[in-house]
Amino acid sequence: MSTLEIKDLHVSIDTEQGEKEILKGVSLVINTNETHAIMGPNGSGKSTLASTIAGHPRYKVTSGSITLDGADVLEMSVDERAKAGLFLAMQYPVEVPGVTMTNFLRTAKTAIDGEAPKLRTWTKDVKEAMAKLKIDADFASRNVNEGFSGGEKKRVEILQMELFKPKFSILDETDSGLDVDALKTVSEGVNRAQEENQMGTLLITHYTRILRYIKPDFVHVFVDGRIAEQGGAELADRLEEEGYDRFLNVQA
Amino acid sequence: MSETTTQIPEEKARIGAPSIPGFTEEGENLSPLNDSASSPLAGASSKSHSHGGGEGVTDSSRAGRLTSYNVEDFPKLTGREEDWRFTPLKRIGSLHTAELTGQAPKVELTGSENVTLRTVAADDAIRGNAFTPDDRVSANGWKYADGAQVLTIPANAENTKSILRITGESLEPAAQHLIIVAEENSEAMVVIDHVGSAVLAQNIEFDVRQGARLRVVSLQAWESDAIHASSQQAVVAKDATFKHIVVTFGGDLVRVNPSARFAGEHAEIELYGLYFADAGQHLEHRLFVDHAVPNCKSNVLYKGALQGKGAHTVWVGDVLIQKAAVGTDSYEANRNLVLTDGTRADSVPNLEIETGLIDGAGHASTTGRFDDEHLFYLMARGIDEKTARRLVVRGFLNEIVQQIGDEQLEERLTDTIEEELAATHL
Ligand SMILES: Nc1ncnc2c1ncn2[C@@H]1O[C@H](COP(=O)(O)OP(=O)(O)OP(=O)(O)O)[C@@H](O)[C@H]1O
Ligand SMILES: [Mg+2]
Repeated sequence: MSTLEIKDLHVSIDTEQGEKEILKGVSLVINTNETHAIMGPNGSGKSTLASTIAGHPRYKVTSGSITLDGADVLEMSVDERAKAGLFLAMQYPVEVPGVTMTNFLRTAKTAIDGEAPKLRTWTKDVKEAMAKLKIDADFASRNVNEGFSGGEKKRVEILQMELFKPKFSILDETDSGLDVDALKTVSEGVNRAQEENQMGTLLITHYTRILRYIKPDFVHVFVDGRIAEQGGAELADRLEEEGYDRFLNVQA
Repeated sequence: MSETTTQIPEEKARIGAPSIPGFTEEGENLSPLNDSASSPLAGASSKSHSHGGGEGVTDSSRAGRLTSYNVEDFPKLTGREEDWRFTPLKRIGSLHTAELTGQAPKVELTGSENVTLRTVAADDAIRGNAFTPDDRVSANGWKYADGAQVLTIPANAENTKSILRITGESLEPAAQHLIIVAEENSEAMVVIDHVGSAVLAQNIEFDVRQGARLRVVSLQAWESDAIHASSQQAVVAKDATFKHIVVTFGGDLVRVNPSARFAGEHAEIELYGLYFADAGQHLEHRLFVDHAVPNCKSNVLYKGALQGKGAHTVWVGDVLIQKAAVGTDSYEANRNLVLTDGTRADSVPNLEIETGLIDGAGHASTTGRFDDEHLFYLMARGIDEKTARRLVVRGFLNEIVQQIGDEQLEERLTDTIEEELAATHL
């Protein structure tokens, strides 16, 4: 079993007006096979948390720690974090012109595993994973995310998650922009990975819709760079009914 | 005319730094109609074959560009001229003023046996059939070229492949004239492979006869001290296709000016280019497509990468669609990828349209910094920084490499790109 532990994390970014603190002390422990949902108003810092875990250089950790089975994640470069077993499905996946999906997937898999996958089985694995996620086979020859629709990009993020088999996945609004069928397909993918690959999941979302398919063990309410409340799956339903006013009023 | 100069300041790039202005895409910014029917379409376009004095007037239109076989017709260069303003004249090895009597690079032919190479005298009538000097250096090269080498692809030849290896062995300013004749309905690939060291004013003419299909790769793989000004002109006859691919890696200062003129209907011209400028290198490409007759098609795509302090690239794309050229379909684009600080990319697409009866015409120019978000995305998938950069640059340039259509050469270029990238100190 693995553990991803975030302790009293403070994160700032450089803005034109100077340094701005976005995360103001976040603590969170995720274990293998657990699903943690994070919900919260726009701008509360959810993506900041996700990107900081992945190591995006824009975000500066001013104090606190992130460890993976005791290893200091903040000391690792972006690619080392991926190799250590962290995966971020991005809210806005980036288009990379000139690099085909096939080439990209193989290069990434080789980097993560430390050895090239056996060509025969790899090609088969990719094909099958694509089929399960209802991604057309000709996407393999297209450039990474280039011209993909919003929903297609999200599906391709999950495809990578299934192929790279991370220990922990952070899904940043992967459900946004998915149609009803795709939402189901993608959720099945996440559940599959969790069962087959012994994965823990941090699921950032605005909607309880996806939580019908992916059952969260914990729900965290994110407000103004902090976790304002924690609970079980029932908290999500309550948020959907009441909104975030309750938390925002407390602040005011 | 529209123009972009992108100068990347010496500032350390940071991933995700407050959004670095990405790619600037220009729309279809057509220049106003130039409908003076009497405009002296002297240029390369309609000049009768004479070895005499100059014609044409100097104005902003490409059609009015002075052309002449007589170097004295071109005023002394100041560096302020429209077509010289980006070129550091100090570094051009006096090619515009010197007596170009140095040893011209050696020319060796390998490849298909039915393609022949012969030498003719400077005053041979064949010289200038498809060529008129259009700047002072080219005219100076014309004056001093000691004869010309003529490569002939015989009529109806199928699928020939020839390699002209041009080896420079001296830094004395020299002149060279090459003529490539693709006879009727021939099908050929010609690689002009420049290696070694030279200070060279070179003129190359391509006579692409009716129904011929000529693919040319001009490869500038010079040593780092070479200075090379090359005017490469093609006349493309009815039903012919001319595909020209420039690849420039080597040399201190390289200035290649490809120009192609349609001389008959239903012909096609494709001009591609790939350049990779390192610290201190000046790589300039100025091309001209002259749509002088109806129903022809042209496509231009140049892609360049820049890295290192003082790497400077210039791309100027003149496309002229003359009044007679109804039914023209034309597109030109230049894309630059900036890999490090301290480089400069000038890009000037220049499209002139004298008739509204065309199928299409457009241009685009983008100069973008290596996008750090690309890097983050790839690295977040476990790919190390160096590999990630290579993936992106290789992908960017591959579009041109693929145009070459020759496995051996494509492999050699891919290797060269790898070497260039390996030399990057990022
Ligand atoms: N470059 C920047 N300059 C100023 N503020 C910024 C900058 N980048 C991010 N922020 C701010 O940081 C805060 C947190 O943003 P973040 O993307 O983490 O929010 P989020 O919770 O993911 O929101 P959403 O639900 O809309 O995705 C926001 O208020 C945002 O405006
Ligand atoms: Mg977000």
